[in-house]
Amino acid sequence: MVPMPHYLILSALLFAIGAAGVILSRNLLIMFMSIEVMLNAANLAIITFSRFLNVMDGHVFVFLVMAIAAAEAAVGLAMIITIFRNRGTIDADKFNLMKW
Amino acid sequence: MELAIFYISAIVAAGGALMMILQRNPVASVLYLILSLVALAVLFVQLSALFVGSLLIIVYAGAILVLFLFVIMLLNLRGEKFTSEKPILDKGTKITLVVLFFMELVILIKQMAFPQRMDSLMTQASPDFGGVEPVATLLYTKYLYPFELTSILLLVAIVGAVIMAKRDKNEEEGER
Repeated sequence: MVPMPHYLILSALLFAIGAAGVILSRNLLIMFMSIEVMLNAANLAIITFSRFLNVMDGHVFVFLVMAIAAAEAAVGLAMIITIFRNRGTIDADKFNLMKW
Repeated sequence: MELAIFYISAIVAAGGALMMILQRNPVASVLYLILSLVALAVLFVQLSALFVGSLLIIVYAGAILVLFLFVIMLLNLRGEKFTSEKPILDKGTKITLVVLFFMELVILIKQMAFPQRMDSLMTQASPDFGGVEPVATLLYTKYLYPFELTSILLLVAIVGAVIMAKRDKNEEEGER
């Protein structure tokens, strides 16, 4: 049986990779996909605790997180399309209209 | 054997995620993310979350990431160059920050006092733990209210996405 900290450390690693993607990338789409990776890292931690505490409530939470991720993807991609139509790029550094 | 499956899928999941953020081509990036998610689904199944694991493949890999692919092809930005002025923080600082963050999480996990009873609890799991029926029973009894709220959230997201991505009427007329 795989010990519980293994799963949690993998979850932390995936979350760190997702965070790195958000702060390092300039491409809005890749930043967006990194957010999905971070959501799934959290899902892995939830499933791990659910398994090791022998309660199934965590599975319901993961189900709801997935529904929210789907909603987020739909709205976020619509925003990316609108931004691309208005500015002609998806380089996150180019969106500095509000920059002081 | 279980440890071997864990390590292989862990390496594939982490490697896929890492390759995803290093790719320049967004299409390759999406494909690496799908690889990472499939490995994650293997881990979910290993944690006897069969229903959630299959949902991960069907909903994430099958629907959400295909939506990403559609948008990338719609925008047509294969291999777009990102050359702009120097950002405020340079690359080294950002990577150091992320590594520090990861170390912090690992120390937190290592120091967390897990109750001893966890191992005994785990062996008592019922054979249909994580199956469709028990999860559905929970979803329609204990968590009925959040579940119904999710449907409203999805409806709002659909309407919002359609309105945002729609072209303006006068803009359309101007193009004609």
